[in-house]
Amino acid sequence: MKCCLIVDDSKVVRMVARKILEALQFEILEAGDGQQAMQACEQTMPDAILLDWNMPVMNGIDFLRQLRQHAGGDRPVVIFCTTENDMAHIQEALGAGANEYIMKPFDSDILESKFAQVGLL
Amino acid sequence: MTPDDFQKLATLLKSQSGLVLGPDKSYLAESRLTPVARNWGFPDAKALIRALVRREGKGGDSKLLLEVVEAMTTNESFFFRDQRPFDQLRDVILPSLLTSRGTNKRLRIWSAACSSGQEPYSIAMILNDMQHKLRDWRIEIIATDLSRPILHRATEGRYTQFEVQRGLPVTLLAKYFTQDGDQWRISEQLRRMVTFKVHNLLDGPGTLGRFDIVYCRNVLIYFDQATKGKVLEGIAANLADDGFLTLGGAETVLGVTDKFKMVDGQRGLYARADGTATALKGAPGAAGQTGRVGAA
Repeated sequence: MKCCLIVDDSKVVRMVARKILEALQFEILEAGDGQQAMQACEQTMPDAILLDWNMPVMNGIDFLRQLRQHAGGDRPVVIFCTTENDMAHIQEALGAGANEYIMKPFDSDILESKFAQVGLL
Repeated sequence: MTPDDFQKLATLLKSQSGLVLGPDKSYLAESRLTPVARNWGFPDAKALIRALVRREGKGGDSKLLLEVVEAMTTNESFFFRDQRPFDQLRDVILPSLLTSRGTNKRLRIWSAACSSGQEPYSIAMILNDMQHKLRDWRIEIIATDLSRPILHRATEGRYTQFEVQRGLPVTLLAKYFTQDGDQWRISEQLRRMVTFKVHNLLDGPGTLGRFDIVYCRNVLIYFDQATKGKVLEGIAANLADDGFLTLGGAETVLGVTDKFKMVDGQRGLYARADGTATALKGAPGAAGQTGRVGAA
């Protein structure tokens, strides 16, 4: 079973994403900000990370840059999932090492389609 | 809407567009035709159908009928739908045709029932990404649909945030789209690669000319056996000897026509039974890598 870390400061978003991804046979870990996500990755490096951009303590893009520098941090497939829905943010995310990008609001079709595109399904 | 009204609608649509409405589609007809009915000043879908049938007996109201057909035509589409047909284009179809057409360097591709354009634009993206191999080739992509409003949308090449996230990798979004308000617009370069035309599949491809590659996906499922056969035989008659036909995942030529055979190991990909098309040795999925066109 593949493991996905959902990083979002919204409990509701985490709950919705968890429900969709559990139905796709993922084991789910959760984090409420980038710092918590980094701690989770230091314990267990997940196969995939669904990552919000704007969060307290440490935002998504700073987390991603730290992750990619970390030992084994090049392995997880990172999919941004954010309300930042403009080309500048998309380019910045790709430049920092994101594999895919979801613009909120999303639905189960989009989530499934993106996970399939990056070879997680 | 009574069962009798629905039956009259189904009969009319079948004769005019080939669209087959199963008995379970009564709710769909009601929900799709209610807005059309209101636009035309009818109180509900039932009144619209009765007027349509009445007018049909007096020579017909082609404008109203066209709107009804368009409303009932399924327009669900997304970029790189099912992925496999596009992998096959890049890995099987194009390598084969680039070899067999090395001298005249021309290809014509038909995206039949293209809806809002995601399929032909997906094809255009693949061709554009292979431009190093296609530099001096002349390639036409003809995309057709029955519905004028949907073709207008396709020609505009504007898509919602939801549409560009279904099947389209973000790298291709960044490469081929620009943001336009709350929509995303496909690049002028890709728009120029595709010619959109109004066309009824029941008329056959005759007026569109001869093709080397035909995408006719997820549309035969709405037709009865006889209509499927007619459409497929029309395509066969206008497909080059070494050409390829791609059908949808739930569609087959089996039991419909003997004009096509499945390409070995390539689900959903067909070649003319009397043709010369081959998947080259080593193409992904080719059983035994013989690359022959096998029995369907």
